[in-house]
Parts: sequence; structure tokens; C-alpha cells
Amino acid sequence: MAASAATTSRPPLTRRLLGRQPVGYLFVAPYVLFLFLIFAYPLGFAVYMSFHDYFFAAPGAIVDRPFVGLDNFTTALADPAFRRAMLNVVIFIAINVPLTVFVGLLLATALNAAIPFRTFWRASYFVPYVTASVAVIGVWQWLFNSGGLVNSILGPLAPDPSWLVNRFWAMPIIALFATWKQLGFYVLLYLAALQNIPEELYEAAEVDGAGPVRRFWNVTVPGVRPTTTLVVIAATITGANFFTEPYLLTGRGGPAGASVSPVLLMYMEGIEQGHAGYAAAIGVLLALGVMVVSLVNRYLLERS
Amino acid sequence: MPSTRIRLWIAIVATLGLALVGCTRGGGGNQTADQATQATGPIKIWYSNNQDEVKWGKAVVSAWNQAHSDQKVTAEEIPAGKSSEEVIGASITAGNTPCLVFNTAPAAVPQFQKQGGLVALDSFSDGASYIGERVGSRADQYKSPDGKFYQMPWKTNPVQIFYNKKLFAKAGLDADKPPLATYQDFLATAKTLVDKGGVKAAIWPAPSSEFFQSWFDFYPLFIAETGKQLVVDGQPQFNTPEGVAVGEFWKQLYSDKLAQRELYNGDAFGDQKAAMAIVGPWAIAVYGDKVDWGVAPLPTSSGKDPAQIQTFSDEKSVGMYSSCQNRGTAWEFLKFATSQEQDGKLLEVTGQMPMREDLPSLYADYFKAHPDYTAFAEQAARTVEVPNVPNSVEIWQTFRDAYTESVIFGRGDVKSSFDQAAEKVKTLAAGS
Repeated sequence: MAASAATTSRPPLTRRLLGRQPVGYLFVAPYVLFLFLIFAYPLGFAVYMSFHDYFFAAPGAIVDRPFVGLDNFTTALADPAFRRAMLNVVIFIAINVPLTVFVGLLLATALNAAIPFRTFWRASYFVPYVTASVAVIGVWQWLFNSGGLVNSILGPLAPDPSWLVNRFWAMPIIALFATWKQLGFYVLLYLAALQNIPEELYEAAEVDGAGPVRRFWNVTVPGVRPTTTLVVIAATITGANFFTEPYLLTGRGGPAGASVSPVLLMYMEGIEQGHAGYAAAIGVLLALGVMVVSLVNRYLLERS
Repeated sequence: MPSTRIRLWIAIVATLGLALVGCTRGGGGNQTADQATQATGPIKIWYSNNQDEVKWGKAVVSAWNQAHSDQKVTAEEIPAGKSSEEVIGASITAGNTPCLVFNTAPAAVPQFQKQGGLVALDSFSDGASYIGERVGSRADQYKSPDGKFYQMPWKTNPVQIFYNKKLFAKAGLDADKPPLATYQDFLATAKTLVDKGGVKAAIWPAPSSEFFQSWFDFYPLFIAETGKQLVVDGQPQFNTPEGVAVGEFWKQLYSDKLAQRELYNGDAFGDQKAAMAIVGPWAIAVYGDKVDWGVAPLPTSSGKDPAQIQTFSDEKSVGMYSSCQNRGTAWEFLKFATSQEQDGKLLEVTGQMPMREDLPSLYADYFKAHPDYTAFAEQAARTVEVPNVPNSVEIWQTFRDAYTESVIFGRGDVKSSFDQAAEKVKTLAAGS
């Protein structure tokens, strides 16, 4: 009887498919379409490419782009350039993310306090973020080349070869540049988060005898934790996709590939050398790596 | 039952996605190759955005259009991009290439051909014979492995050593006959220039890793030494004793700081930070008034007779692209634009050498009026091209990576590094 009742009360297919308020789909349709065309389809196509010996061809051209299984992935994992690029991502993130969180929060706290010319300072830290990379990279090249300002100050302590053509220093300089360039944005996020910490918490901590450092550590840091999660994940994702810096600052990942990034490698393989399938495989591996790191970040930062 | 709904939607989206992926793999044109070869009508062309070439291009298009009102040619500068090759490659994929591009790099031809983007000029009844008659014995260098011409060799900028006479004189060197013939001479001269000439580098080729940068440091000297292409009959030549010697020569320039490992933001030769540069005849117009310049042949290990020295052509071809519908008109316009008359105008306007034999006598009046260009015109007869092999760009990139690592940045042994690259190049040249 129960089974029969269930069968008879089952709603029609249109209702099951569209729900009680089908008009809702009409409202979300433009965004779903946008999402599908701009994100889902290219992503799916990139995965398809990564399993083929794919290259871009003229429309209608009869070309052979066979299915190659995991070949592109195994080639990438065995490729020293790809391994170096992934190591560079690790170096980049290891420098960029902690520095962004630490300096970003510190600066936001300072800029949130009642300091003279506060608006001027806030705007100043935001200027690099809105300035074109090409322009500021020119300035950094001037700062860090062999006859540049930094070496002039350091004198005999300057590294030889100079920073941007030095295998050891090229990546840290790139990470430092990216941190400096993006910092304004993250300071802004932290400034917004700081507004949401109730003043009473600081007052209570002060009453309990907490000094400025203690208040910062026990009130500010936990108070901005959701923002820290956002900053860490955003900095990791943008960090893993770095391209402009090695392309321009160190002359296409120089010296001799020491600062190559996965996205730069994708550009060189996919666009310059015509191995779009291989480039797509690098992209898929990078996306998977970033996803795993972001999930770990989220777990570590939000577990308590 | 939201879970059922979600499952249904996932199924619908996945089906649509697969259908869309499948759709993108189809497609094709209806016109046969023969019909396209015969077809006439309006066409579009691209030329380089170099100011002089634009001037020449406008003039040649105007001359054609006056006589062919029913087959009008529309000309545009090649769209801006990192390089012309990237723009053309993207355009082939999009199916919107013009009929002709007067700026097709021979190194990119194998890739464009693989993409199905180029028309074999042999498909025209007089295609191969016209190229042979115009270009002469060097035409064979531009044939693809299938024996066909997918490019019309158009103009060359044979590279030589351009030097700043004033800086040479300042360093106490003979500015009219500088000692640059052998590697030893060159190194000694370079050292004198850096020590006494007040320059940061004797010569400053771009030390970056773009695949084409070897055409302006290693490759000209390699050709001068061997007269060979980088790859001959599928065999890499750069790891031969001669190739390694060229690598060692450059390595010493870098390790002695006579050449710089840092990228110069600007024109090191024009800014007088370097006393020499490896350039083609275009440099005469660029540096003419700014620098008191001289031209010297490329150095070789034994100081060869300059009349025997060959060099890199730095040639640009004209490609006919497969999206072209009116190929009959495109072919006729191509012949018109590369006729002896139009080649003479190209030489006059740009100073670049048309791919024709015996330029000094063919355009005697021009060279009489412009003697500065004679050295380059004579050198134009002795040029070597990049090899027309599969995976050409990847081969150059493989070599460049080995070169930057072992020569420019001095990591490891040149011979081992070149040998390692040669193994990979051998596989690539075989089409794998």
C-alpha cells in the first residue's frame, strides 16, 4: 500500500526537473549560460585537449590529433622544465603568501590606527596594485640590475651575477615584486575586516592587562581569521598563476629557465611551439595542484 | 527531490558539453583547391608595421588597384602582438587570415603548414618555376620536406658586424680595418673596447631565451664557420667541433664580461653601451646619422677570406594562407609585388635586399647612389636559411635553452650541453 501511494503521489517529470518555481531558472539562466560558455566549456575542452596530441589548426583542415591517454601528463612530470616550474611555484608561494599575510595585516592595523595623513598612506599602498605591471617592472629592473640602485647601495656585498640573472636570487625577487605589487589589495581586505572587530574586545583585553602586542595577537588575529583564509587562498591561486613577472622581469624565466613558471611554460609550449595538448596537460596539473593546496589551506585555517 | 533534479541537470549539462565538444571538431570548406586556385576577386593582405615597408606596401597596392579594379587588394598592417608568428598562428586557427602575409618567417612555416594554414605555391602552374627564376639557387632552402614551396622567399637582411668607429678610435683601434677576422682577434678587440672604449660591453646580443635570439648571436657565426644550416638531413650540426667552437667563443665573451648577461632595456648599440652589433642592412637607415658606423665580416676561427664567408639571411617570405578564396588574384598580385620593378622599389624605400641573384648589377644605379649598401648586397648572395624541418620552432627553442644555460650563463660544459640538445633535436627533426 505504502509503495503504491508513493508511486501515485510522485510529481510529474516537468515538476521534478524544474521544481516548484520554474521561473527561477529564467532568472539564473543568463549567469549559468555565461558560466558554461566562459568557464565550464573551456575547462572541459582543456581537459579534452590534454588527452590528445592537440594543436590548433585552420577550420576545416584535415589534421590528425590522436588520443594519447596520459602521455602528455607523464611527459610533463618527466620534463625538467615543468618540475622546475612547479618548484618555482612552491618557492613563490612560500615567500609570497606568508609575507602577504604578515605585512598585509601589519600595515592594515597601522593604517587603521589614528596616524597622520592616513588617507595618503592608504592610497600610497594601493598605487602599485593599480599601476600596469609593465611600468613598475621597468622600475624594478632599474633597481636590481648590475648597475642599479640596490647594488650601488650594497657595493661589494652585491651578488654576482646580479639579482635578476642570478639563479638563486631571481625567484625571491619575483616573489618580492609580486608581494609588493599585490599588497595594496590585501591591505584593503584586512582594513575592511578590522572594521568588524568590536571595539569592546580591545577594551576588555586592555582591562585584563593586555599590551598592544597581546591585543594584536589575541584580538586582531582571531578577529580577521576568515579574511586571512581568503587572503591565503587568493594569494595562493594568483601566485600559482604568475606569468608577467618571469616573462618581463627576468626575460622569459631566466636565467636559463631558473624562474620559469607553469603558465609561462604553457604559453611557450602551447602558443609558440604549437603543443596545445601538452600545454593543456600542464594547466590541468597546475589546477589540480592549486586545488589541493587551497583545500589544505582552508582545512588548516578553519579547523578550529 | 533536489538530488534527483541535480542529477538530471548534471546529465543535461554533460550531454550538452559533449555535444559542443564534438561539434567543434567538425567543419570544413566547400570550395575545392583547384577552384580556389583559379578564383579571382578582391583579396586582403597584411604587411609588416615597419614604417618603410608600410610606405612600400601602400605604393604597390595602389599601383595594382589602378590596373585591376575588379580584383581590388585591401592592405593592412599586421595586427600588433608579441610576434607576427603568434598573430598569424592565432589567425589561422580563427580562419581569418588574409590571402597574403608579407612578413612570414621561414622558421614558422612548418608550424603553419602543419596547422593546414598555408597554400602550396606549386599548386599554381607557374608557381615553382617563378620562384626558381626569381630566387635562383637559394630557392631550394625554402622547400618544405614534401618538396613543395609553402612560401615565396621575398627579402633578406644578411647580417654582419656593425661597429661604432668612434668608439673603436677611442680605444686606440684601427677604425677602418678593425681586427675582427678571427676569434682571437675579436676577443682581443672586444677586451680593448671594454677596457679603453668606455663601453659596458663590446657586443650585447639579447641574452634572453626566445627561440629566435640565436639567429643574432650563435647562428651567423656558425654559418660563417661551416656554411651549413643548424640541421642537415635530419642531423643536428651545432654539436660538431665547429659548432662547439662557436659556442666556446661566445662563452668566453660572456665569462670575460665582454658581452653582458643582463637584458638591455633599449638599444645597446644605439645608446653606445656596446661597440658592435650583429645586424642587417636595415641598420644603415636606423643608425645612419646617429652613429659613425662601419661594417665588418663575421669572424671565423681561421679568418676566412671575406668573399667566402656566408651568413644568416634573416629572410622574410610571403605566405599564401588557406582561408584565401580568390587565390588566382592572390598569386597574380604576389608575382606583381615581387617583380623586378617592385623589388627595386622595395630596395629603394626600405634598404632591404630582395631575394634575387646578383643584386649589385641588377640594381646598379641604386648601389651607385647608395654605396653603403653594397657590402650587404654582396653578402646577400651568400646567405643560409633556417632549416625547413618539422618542429622547427621547438628545435630552435631546444637549442636556445642549451645555449643560454651553457654559453651565456656558463653552467656546465658546452659540448655536453649541445650533445644533449642534439639528441632531442634529432627526434624532433624526424617529426616526432
